[in-house]
Amino acid sequence: MVNLKGKPVELRVPSRMGYEKVAMGTAASVAKLMGFPDDRIEDLKTAIAEACINAIEHGNQLNENLCVGVTLSSHDDSLEVKVLDDGAGISKVPPKPDIDRKVHGEEDARGMGMFLIQALVDEVEWVKDSKGQGSYVRLVIRLDKESD
Amino acid sequence: MQTETKASVEQISDGNGGRVSVLRFSGDISSSSHDALLGTYETVSKSEPVLLDFSKVDYINSSGIALVIQMLMEANKNSQKIAAFGLTPHFQKVFTMVGITKYASLFPDEAAAKASL
Repeated sequence: MVNLKGKPVELRVPSRMGYEKVAMGTAASVAKLMGFPDDRIEDLKTAIAEACINAIEHGNQLNENLCVGVTLSSHDDSLEVKVLDDGAGISKVPPKPDIDRKVHGEEDARGMGMFLIQALVDEVEWVKDSKGQGSYVRLVIRLDKESD
Repeated sequence: MQTETKASVEQISDGNGGRVSVLRFSGDISSSSHDALLGTYETVSKSEPVLLDFSKVDYINSSGIALVIQMLMEANKNSQKIAAFGLTPHFQKVFTMVGITKYASLFPDEAAAKASL
């Protein structure tokens, strides 16, 4: 295990679909260095991908002149991730997806990203910039969580 | 950055005189996979069961899962049985979390999926 405490990793990716995979790969590398087990790394990869997709599509409205920022901060027993965009942020977390309503066409088939983020990491919060200049989602995944 | 979704259809015997359509996917399953998933599904008989082969898929995101759900919507209208196999343990967990297993059973491999029909 490598001690990366106090040395955040930062990257900026274009607001273009597919570039979430750059953030996924970077986060997976950092988590691997920290000693996360493979199943938790997979959870982290999906959570970060969904956070980046939301930032690209909703936050930055697919504007390729804007970038999505990703900061990975290692702590003793956890990895904290912030995914930043230029959007106004969310006012309300959507309800848990209802598969019956989706399959019967009563609910949009999409709209599962935030649910997956919440389900796969240990902490999540969506934060609006106090000056109205962007927003970010903050995720925490703990090293000592028992595997599912 | 996204890996193109490729899809093919294979007709196999169900072992009891019937036929099964196997939709085999590779690449990423994402928002750009609409034609590969739903377009390919449109070509198969709606009177036969369908198996979805994800064994060569590396990446699935929520937009890709939404396309799978749209496929299940169509299958549900036709009372068509759908099962899936070849998902990694992580994506088996994700599919279970969103409730897909209520409408499509998941199996580790093709033989197990075929035996369930």
